[in-house]
Amino acid sequence: MPSFVNPEKCDGCKALDKTACQYICPNDLMVLDKEIEKAYNQEPDMCWECYSCVKICPQQAIEVSGYKDFVPLGASVIPMRGTDAIMWTVKFRNGMVKRFKFPIRTTPEGSIRVFEGKPDAKAEDITNELLFGEPDILEVEQLPTL
Amino acid sequence: MAYEAEIKIVETDVLILGGGMSGCGAAVEAAYWAKPLGLKVTLVDKAALDRAGAVAMGLSAINTYLGMSGRGTYGQWTPADFVRYARTDLMGLLRDDLIFDVGRHVDGTVHLFEEWGLPMWKDENGKYIREGPWQIMINGESYKVIVAEAAKNALGLENIYERVCISHLIPDPNDANRVCGAVGFSVREDKFYVFKAKAIICAMGGAVHVFRPRSQGEGLGRSWYAPWNAGTTYALMMQMGAEMTQMDVRFIPARYKDAYGPVGAWFLLFKSKATNAFGEEYMVTRKEELSKFEPYASMKPLPTCLRNHAMMIEIKEGKAPILMRTPEAIAALAESVPDEKERAKKFKELEAEAWEDFLDMTISQAILWAAENIEPEKEPSEIMPSEPVFIGSHSGSAGAWVCGPSDLMPAEYKDAFPAQYNRMTTVLGLFTCGDGAGASSHKFSSGSFTEGRIAAKAACRFASEVCADYKPEISEDQVMKYREEVYKPFAIFEQFKGATTDPDINPNYIRPHMFMFRLQKIMDEYAGGWANGYVTSDKMLERGLLKIQFLKEDSEKLAAETLHELQRAWENVHRMWMAEAHLRGLLAKKETRYPGYYYKADYPDLDEANKKFTNVRFNPQSGEWEVIERPFIALVD
Ligand SMILES: Cc1cc2nc3c(=O)[nH]c(=O)nc-3n(C[C@H](O)[C@H](O)[C@H](O)COP(=O)(O)OP(=O)(O)OC[C@H]3O[C@@H](n4cnc5c(N)ncnc54)[C@H](O)[C@@H]3O)c2cc1C
Ligand code: SF4
Ligand code: SF4
Repeated sequence: MPSFVNPEKCDGCKALDKTACQYICPNDLMVLDKEIEKAYNQEPDMCWECYSCVKICPQQAIEVSGYKDFVPLGASVIPMRGTDAIMWTVKFRNGMVKRFKFPIRTTPEGSIRVFEGKPDAKAEDITNELLFGEPDILEVEQLPTL
Repeated sequence: MAYEAEIKIVETDVLILGGGMSGCGAAVEAAYWAKPLGLKVTLVDKAALDRAGAVAMGLSAINTYLGMSGRGTYGQWTPADFVRYARTDLMGLLRDDLIFDVGRHVDGTVHLFEEWGLPMWKDENGKYIREGPWQIMINGESYKVIVAEAAKNALGLENIYERVCISHLIPDPNDANRVCGAVGFSVREDKFYVFKAKAIICAMGGAVHVFRPRSQGEGLGRSWYAPWNAGTTYALMMQMGAEMTQMDVRFIPARYKDAYGPVGAWFLLFKSKATNAFGEEYMVTRKEELSKFEPYASMKPLPTCLRNHAMMIEIKEGKAPILMRTPEAIAALAESVPDEKERAKKFKELEAEAWEDFLDMTISQAILWAAENIEPEKEPSEIMPSEPVFIGSHSGSAGAWVCGPSDLMPAEYKDAFPAQYNRMTTVLGLFTCGDGAGASSHKFSSGSFTEGRIAAKAACRFASEVCADYKPEISEDQVMKYREEVYKPFAIFEQFKGATTDPDINPNYIRPHMFMFRLQKIMDEYAGGWANGYVTSDKMLERGLLKIQFLKEDSEKLAAETLHELQRAWENVHRMWMAEAHLRGLLAKKETRYPGYYYKADYPDLDEANKKFTNVRFNPQSGEWEVIERPFIALVD
């Protein structure tokens, strides 16, 4: 099935009030089986294989098994997402392995202060066409018009 | 009993529905102007902002960047250039004022993204590396996470409701053409939400799974477009009576077959060619056939639908599989480096770039390559047109007919709107952006965020000017009625579940999954899905409408067992509305303007002499649909 949970690794996010995978799935697919305290994908044929749950799981308990209606068995693609980069391990059906590392962010997580250092909004400017930060952030002197 | 869910009433001034790219843009901008104007801004999403929307997985390119100040490695375009580019791609028929407006603001948005921490590809002079003339490359795995963090920082977590699925907009009891709130339900707990607002920005993305996808097993969810965008934006605006435009203009992405990996980097960055199975470059050999669609067939870049059209002719003539010639492209790029050692390095770089393109935005394609032992530098890969989707911010243009900016909108359009506020629909107080605003394609991620900003500033202005003394009124009685309606699928399930031994097979109700399959079958077979080679006709569309009427009646018998299934029930009702509007939009269109997106067998030609917008509107008072024609007005030649 698209995203699947390794029962040996999943600890049901015990320490938290909600599980990480359930919190993040954009399609509301990951749920916790309360009896065994393990997560599973409740509607695998609505999974986009977006990997949001895979990337967020603190136990690395979630993997993806390519859609069986068109993907031959035997391959895997596994990410390790850090704070500024992501590492991918791509395993081919024939056993070949490729590794890639890409940056994901240039600033520390949680550091964004959108309005810091920008001029305050003035009520009288609400009627003009300039948006927050303009024209400075456009790097042109004037907002173009026809 | 769930339908006695606790009622939560939230009063606000500006309500943003959807926290995807455009909703996050709206959040940042609204927070900025709300401060001096003393307004309250609230945002609601059915998912978690960090990964909600079409950009959940990330993206590998920002597709709209003009580079007005010369920051791109090449291309210093003006908003007028942007209008020409977008309008050509959509066969000459779009709203110049709306596109110009996105173009003149979009660079600022991209500069903000970089400031917030989005890694941009840069050359040795610090210039953004272009993928193609309009696109710039990013390391975009965390694109949405970064944008969401900015929205949260601007708005404050206390003003954001996650996991609340919006199901209806509420008309003002004293003015049917004015919106005064929205209702939705928590997908996590038994809580029913009523949001009262002066201005509402409807930004819940486009629509997929209206048509039958090519994969229908586990792969059903691997549509090109994110399966969680169910046409809610369009459905809710239509139910309010908003005039919609270009509802015929679906998008058919031609992508790597089955997993739908992106082709943009391959065509633009790697300069790859696509051929038929016999090595013939069909874009060259099919030139003659395309000339039927002049003047657009001679324009550059060639419109997306015409490129699809050429591919579809090949497929029909048995010349598939269509192949992306990846080895030749990589070889050509590597060969341009004379030094052998440098060349090996370049080769490694290209390989990583090729894989990153998939890993950053369509991981399934990487799995498929690995599972079929495909190394792109060694063998070509198959490409294929997918099922139709609706995404007004991309290379389709379905959406609401909205007001443009006061300095750009042609006077001829003014009387459609009850008040002139940028990106307001024909319903007072109802704004939209991103996939929701029609006749203005090619906004993509950056342009959608930008249009969210444009709509939000106008909504703040509207809330402070027009609504200074306005108080949205929603009676207790009305609240109870909405609650009953929203949780009705629970009541139906409870009432009838005992009638059979298997809750899935029950003559008294229909579960959302089967409802969706029925919808998809109707659309695929009657409205030009992939099964019929994208061909339809007025007769077929009329038949399709008949079938949709039965489905509409049966939507009253949707049953749901859990909150998750309740979400599916409402999503599929919204898909059904999108389907009907699409059928009506296609019926109103008496030409084939977009071959390669759809073919009307009874009107196979382009009717350039009658180029105009054929808008459709559902009248909530009479329950009837009408067609409204609007002129095309070029502001840029
Ligand atoms: C496969 C793909 C590839 C793309 N590639 C690129 C690219 O390379 N470069 C680029 O610039 N652009 C790209 N785009 C375009 C870009 O993703 C869109 O233009 C952009 O996301 C549109 O923004 P939006 O806000 O309209 O929709 P979205 O970003 O999809 O946001 C919609 C939001 O609404 C929420 N929502 C939906 N229904 C409800 C409901 N009932 N209640 C509450 N909330 C709801 C969703 O959870 C989501 O958060 C791509 C799009 C796709 C699909
Ligand atoms: S996030 Fe990981 S550990 Fe937590 S419940 Fe989900 S699968 Fe289990
Ligand atoms: S891969 Fe994405 S869609 Fe599938 S379960 Fe995980 S988060 Fe949800």
